[in-house]
Parts: sequence; structure tokens; C-alpha cells
Amino acid sequence: MSHPSTYEPKTGIERWLDSRLPIVRFSADILSFPTPRNLNYWYTFGGILSFCLVVQIVTGIVLAMHYDPSGTGAFLSVERGIMRDVNYGWLIRGIHANGASMFFVAVYLHILRGIYYGSYKAPREVLWLLGCVIYVLMMATAFMGYVLPWGQMSFWGAKVITNLIGALPLVGKPITTLLWGGFSVDDPTLNRFFSLHYLLPFVIAAVVALHVWALHVPGNNNPTGVNVKSDTDTVAFHPYYTVKDGFAITLFMIMFAVFVFYLPDALGKADNAIPANPLVTPAHIVPEWYLLPFYAILRAIPDKLIGVLALGGSIGMLFALPWIDRSHVKSMRYRPTARMYFFIWIVAVAFLGWCGSQEPDGKLIPGLESFNLIDYPINSVTWLSRFSALYYFGYFVIVFFLGLYEKPLPVPDSLYTPVLKPSAVAAPAE
Amino acid sequence: MAESLTQSVSDPANAVDPSRRDFIHIAATAAAAGGVVAVAWPLIDQLNPAADTLALATLEYDLSKVALGQEVTISWRKQPVFIRHRTPKEIADARAADHGQLKDPETDAARVKAGKEQWLILLASCTHLGCVPTFGGGDYAGWLCPCHGSVYDTSGRIRKGPAPKNLYVPDYAFLSDTKIKIG
Amino acid sequence: MTLNKVLSLAALVGAVFLAGPVMAESSQAPLKDVHWSFEGPFGHYDQEQLQRGYKVYREVCSSCHAMNQVAFRNLGDPGGPFFDPKYPNSNDNPKVKSIAADYKVSDIDGDSGDVIKRPATSADYFPSPYANSAAAAAANGGAIPPDMSLLVKAREGGAAYIYSVVTGDGTAPPAGATIPPGKYYDPYKSGDMSANFHGDPSKMPVGGLIAMPPPLADNKVAFDDGTKSTINQEARDVAAFMQWAADPKMEERKQTGLAVMIFLVLFSGLLYASYRRIWRDVGH
Repeated sequence: MSHPSTYEPKTGIERWLDSRLPIVRFSADILSFPTPRNLNYWYTFGGILSFCLVVQIVTGIVLAMHYDPSGTGAFLSVERGIMRDVNYGWLIRGIHANGASMFFVAVYLHILRGIYYGSYKAPREVLWLLGCVIYVLMMATAFMGYVLPWGQMSFWGAKVITNLIGALPLVGKPITTLLWGGFSVDDPTLNRFFSLHYLLPFVIAAVVALHVWALHVPGNNNPTGVNVKSDTDTVAFHPYYTVKDGFAITLFMIMFAVFVFYLPDALGKADNAIPANPLVTPAHIVPEWYLLPFYAILRAIPDKLIGVLALGGSIGMLFALPWIDRSHVKSMRYRPTARMYFFIWIVAVAFLGWCGSQEPDGKLIPGLESFNLIDYPINSVTWLSRFSALYYFGYFVIVFFLGLYEKPLPVPDSLYTPVLKPSAVAAPAE
Repeated sequence: MAESLTQSVSDPANAVDPSRRDFIHIAATAAAAGGVVAVAWPLIDQLNPAADTLALATLEYDLSKVALGQEVTISWRKQPVFIRHRTPKEIADARAADHGQLKDPETDAARVKAGKEQWLILLASCTHLGCVPTFGGGDYAGWLCPCHGSVYDTSGRIRKGPAPKNLYVPDYAFLSDTKIKIG
Repeated sequence: MTLNKVLSLAALVGAVFLAGPVMAESSQAPLKDVHWSFEGPFGHYDQEQLQRGYKVYREVCSSCHAMNQVAFRNLGDPGGPFFDPKYPNSNDNPKVKSIAADYKVSDIDGDSGDVIKRPATSADYFPSPYANSAAAAAANGGAIPPDMSLLVKAREGGAAYIYSVVTGDGTAPPAGATIPPGKYYDPYKSGDMSANFHGDPSKMPVGGLIAMPPPLADNKVAFDDGTKSTINQEARDVAAFMQWAADPKMEERKQTGLAVMIFLVLFSGLLYASYRRIWRDVGH
């Protein structure tokens, strides 16, 4: 912990325990952790994500008590057992299935907040890297969880994603065989995915503990990106941010509840209500919404290996971000040029997500004929995803050069100044 | 704390010949590493296909059930296999493209049995990411993969899209005029 | 100011969802717009409609379509077609018992070990009309009639899709289309007519082919409540019944949802007040 402990054991028992296992001191120090007083609502997603992780683990453990991980039993145990016969099974599965989407909503906003305010920069690179590791683990966990109901989308999603790994030279095929446990996706695959889907959330929880540890060494970044300079810059985490995070969590729960109770299948695919059939691929095979941008990057590239490498590279860029961005100014409040490119990047990611849900040769402008280039007409979803993917990667090049040449706006002396004298800062972006 | 520990350990050892002392530590570490690898192997190898999965049945199929211009999908090793009864036009189209621009060059004759050109037996897994292509789509009158738009011709060769290879032809042999054995 | 921020945050989160995946328009006629009693946050099943729908299923659909996730006892569960408050345990419901007893299910005779057929009990699931999927395919020209328990959830458009396909089945095929034997043209079925159409490609008909012969006709099912039995009435009622079969917990879900929403709004209001009070004297 970066701040000196303020905990004073009051009773004899506390003193006795403090010299043996200082767990009360540990907890008290976390609650009293000095936190910048200017954190806005974008900073509540850390708390929201902790809430999501707990919800997923608790509902998941309960669902595992009713689930049968076999090719013949999986679909029935979910759709008949859990959804119809288990008391409140529909509710618990509704929370777990929609909870995965909620988790990704929160993690994407958390990541975008981190990029906007430069929270990945020194001395928080390890904090950022651990966050990227959590994100990758989340995708792996969500993918394996989606396979478990053993519907058509489960099966074919598993097939497509495991075949992606097979594109890697040399190691690809042996790894795919290890994942499958057979010649194709089959019962053994389902069983091991269930085992790993149960394991990975606890690995995530462990990395979250490291993530919070790495947060508590330098302390929080803040919307100005200016370092904490004195005690007046901070307030204790509790009660100031426990109540703020708590309020944000309840707002999040309202949105969550709308999906669970009124739109339980809106984020799913109709084809997953059909039991897995290894002989028939659904007409529209589309991953869950949170993977669509990466899926679009994969489809945009006409070569299998390069496509898989680009898919991996698009996530790899996030890991490298602290070393790509050389600017000394953290917050994009004071980097209007960088901010503009960042907003375009968000639009590009949104385009990629939309393209991922469409047919590759679907027309962008109806009725307009255009010429073919590299297999697809210019006026097609594929070319929009190609341009968007180009910008996705190009953004990181832009960020590198902006760090060298950009002229940022003046940065306030203290993170508290903008609150005292709003006029001291030119055009703070909220 | 850590320093005093190393010191107390190394003090009595100072009396011994240093090179021999190093060797003992290296040997002990190597033995530990070897032990870890030996234990890890069964834990990894259990993921590979089990004996019951490997006990692959061969499959016999009576082709007379497939009418001209039709196709059936059968399951072999739990993977779909296409058996297509090609029309003369499909064969001619495939042969005409033998020396054209092919991503994975292969003649149509090499993909069927001589004298049985009408029978095309294919593993029905798109070589991109494993979806089952559907017949009748795409620009080459062959198969179109619904997942990422790979297009195959009437010989099952990749013509367009992200798939790197032609559809695989499994090992098969004619037992009689109308009966094949796959595997 | 803070409230504005909260609202803009909520708006952004909502926008993320609205901007979510939109499926490519598949080739099918726009589905018929039907008003259902189960729509909306306060929607509920119309029990008389479910009873009529069940009769259509029993007398028409069940000869080909299985419903293997629904047990006879489910018919008497709250929200179900034969729920009777007098019998909170649906296994005691005499109507449920008599429906079950009409069906024969396979069992093993405990004394001889022979495979026998016995009348179903309320705990049994609806038996499949075919012994296995190969038998189902053989009896229907290669097309397996899909299981009806989840069909509404398994089709984009849900109950409206079922209603439209059932009523559109057997529509006269458009000029230039050849319909192979054993198939029927249906403008509402999500499909692709390109292989069966030989006219002007720019006038490609919407819809697809279906292997199910037009299943319903006027007066095919005599409704017990005296409702006039038209094709549209039968189709609407069976689609509602299938909606219930796919989502039997809907009423419980929406009622629980209302209580949860009220609680969450009050709770977040309290937390917001608490937040304002704690931060009252802190500039930020």
C-alpha cells in the first residue's frame, strides 16, 4: 500500500490479532485508501465489474448443480431442467446468461475510460496489463460458457473458434486436437469446456486481486491525469466512493433487470434454441455481440492465417498501448487532437461490430453497383470492415506520432484546480 | 530476513569444494524440473483423443441411394461427409477449370476415382473454420460456406474467400460398382 | 449537474445496446402483425386461447410434431392452459390426468421385463410421434418435423413467425417458380428461392419452401368454447400455445420483474440521497 497505515487497534483482541494476522488493518487500509476527489461516474465501472464477477460466480455455481455436461443431456438439462423445473431456474439462468453481456458492457466502458484518461501510462503499466489479461480471460470464459447449452450456435461457435487456433503454423493442429479430444467438436469438448468454464472465473478473481493491488501502489488516476500532490486532493475511499459506486451499481442493476425480466432472449440467437446438430450449419452464424468487432476483422482478411494473426493483434495492440503512446500528458481533456482520433476509433469499432453481424457481401448503399476488389465489391460490408480494421490498427500508429508531435493544452497544476476555478482550464471534456 | 537465511545456509557449506556444491544444487534442481515435466505429461496427454474415440469405425455406403444431381450428407467419425452424384455439366465445369487460377491447384481427376468421375466424396468441413458449406450458392455453382463466404467449385476446390485449401477428400475405396468404404 | 451526468451515462449504455447487432434482412415477406395478450411488460397468457391452441396441437400438429420438453403436469401449472387454482399441485388436476391418460407411453413391465405401452401419467412428457429421428425423416420425405416445445424461441419473429408461416403455407407459387414434389411455397418462411426460380432474377420471390403440407383449414378443429373455427383463429391460437410451451414462466418472470424494478428504483433513490449527503461538503 502506498499510503501509511492509519489503523489503530483499539481492543486487546485487535492488538493480539494485529501482530499475528493483520487482516483488520488490511481491510481498514483499503477502506481508508486516499482516492482523488474528482473521480467522475466513468470511474465507477471498477466497482460495477466487481459486482458482475460476484454475480456470475454465484449464479454459475448454482447452475452447475443442475447442469449435465454431456452431448445428450446438456440441452435438456438447461432448457427443460433449469428453465422449466428448477425453482427460480429461469431467473438464475437469465441473470447468468445476460450477466455475461452486462459484464462486457461494463468492461468495454472501463477500458474506454482507461484509454481516454491515459490510465495506462507510467506508473500504471502493470495495472493496465493485468486488466488486459482479465479481458482475455473473460473472453475465453464467456466463449466456453456459451458452448455449454449445446444449441446450434454453441456447437458451431465452438467449431469456428477452435478452428481459428488450428490456423497457427506447427502448434495449431495439436492444440486443436487437445481442445477437442477427438476429430471434431464433440462430447469430450463439451466436458472439458465445462471444467474450464468453472475454473477460469476463479483465475479471473485472482488476477482481479493483483489488479487492485497494482492500483493501490500508485493510487487512482483521475480525469485530469494530474498526480495527487497533497492530502486535500484526496478523500477516503469509504464512505465517499463506496456510496458513489453503490449508487452506480444500482443504476446498472436497473438496466440489467430490464434484460433479465423483460428481454431475456434479446441478446441471444434464435438458433441456440435448436439442439446442436453436427451435420447442419445455421444460415447466419454470428458470435455474441461483444466479440463482433474481432469477428469482423477476421472476416475482412481473405487469408486464414493473416486473419487469425490480425484478430490476435487487435487485442495485442491494447497490451502494447502503454509503450506506443509516448505523450507526457495523460488525460485527453488536454489533448484535443488525440481525442478526435480516439472518438473516430470508437466509431470504427462500432462499424466493425455492425459489420460482424452482417452478411459479408451485403450492400452498404442499396441499389448501387460497384466494382470488385479482392473478392468483394467496394460497396459491401466487407469493404467497410476492411477500412474500419485499417483505422483500428492505424489509430495506434497515429497515437505513436501524436505522442511525439502533438501540442497539448496547458495542464492544471492540481487535480483540484478545475473544480475551484473552472475557467483555469480550457474546454474540459466531460 | 532473506539475506540472513542464505548466509546461515551457505556458512557450513563453505567448507566444501565450491564446484561440487554447485553440482549438487544443479542436480537437485534438474531432478525437480524433470519430475515436474514427468508429472505434467499425463495431465496434458489426457486431453488427446481417448481410446474409444480413436477406435474409428470405417463406414460403408450404398451409392445407389443418391440420384443424379443429388447429394447426401452422412456422418463419419462424427463429421459430416458429402456424397455428391455429379451431373456431366458439373464434371465438365470442374475439368474446364483445372488449369485456371486456383488457390490450391489440383486437377479434378486427382479428386475422384478414375471411371467414377460422377462420384465426389468430400469431408463437409470448410477448410477455413469448419462450417458445413451448402450446395448451390456462390459464383462457381458449387458450395458456399455460410460462415465466412468461402466459395468452392463443383470439384470442391476453393475459388474465393478466406479458406486456404480445397475441401478434403477422405480416404475411400469402391467395394463394388455402387458401394464405397470410407476410412 | 451530477444527475445530468448520470442520465448521459445511462443514455450511452442504452445506445450501446440499440447499436447492437442487426441481422441482415433475409428473404421473407414481412410477418403478419398480430396483437398478442402476452406482449409488453404486463403481458399474460389468455387461458381460453391456450386451451384452444392446445386442442389444435392435439388434433393436428401432434401427429407429426413432438413436444419433448413439456410434461402433462405443465398444462396445469400457473399460466398454463388448464391451471385451476383449486389444484395448486398440477398433478392432482383431473383435466391434466385425463389428457395424460389419452396418451400411451413406452415402459418396461416390472415383472416380465417386456417393453409395454401404458397410459401416460401427469409426470410423463409428451411422447414423440416417431420412434427416432430417422423414422421421422422417413415418414416425411426426409424433412424432420421440428420439436414444438422451443420452436417459438428458435425462430426469428417468434409467435408471429409461426402464425405467418402456418397461414402462408401452400400459397400459390409465383409465376416462374417450380415447386418440387413434397414441398410447398410459403412467402413467410425465411428462405431462398433462387434454386427453384427460373424467371427474371430481379423479380425473385420472397420466402422459401416448406415440407409441411398446409396443416389447417376452416372448421378443422371444433373449439369447446364455441369460438368460430377459421384458419386464422386456429393458427393464432396454436401460435399462442407454442409461445406458452416455449416460455411457460413468462407470467412469473414479468411479475417478479415488476417487484424488482420498483425495489431497485427506490433503492437507487435512497443511495443517491445518501451519496448527496456524504459529498455535501466536499468539493469535487
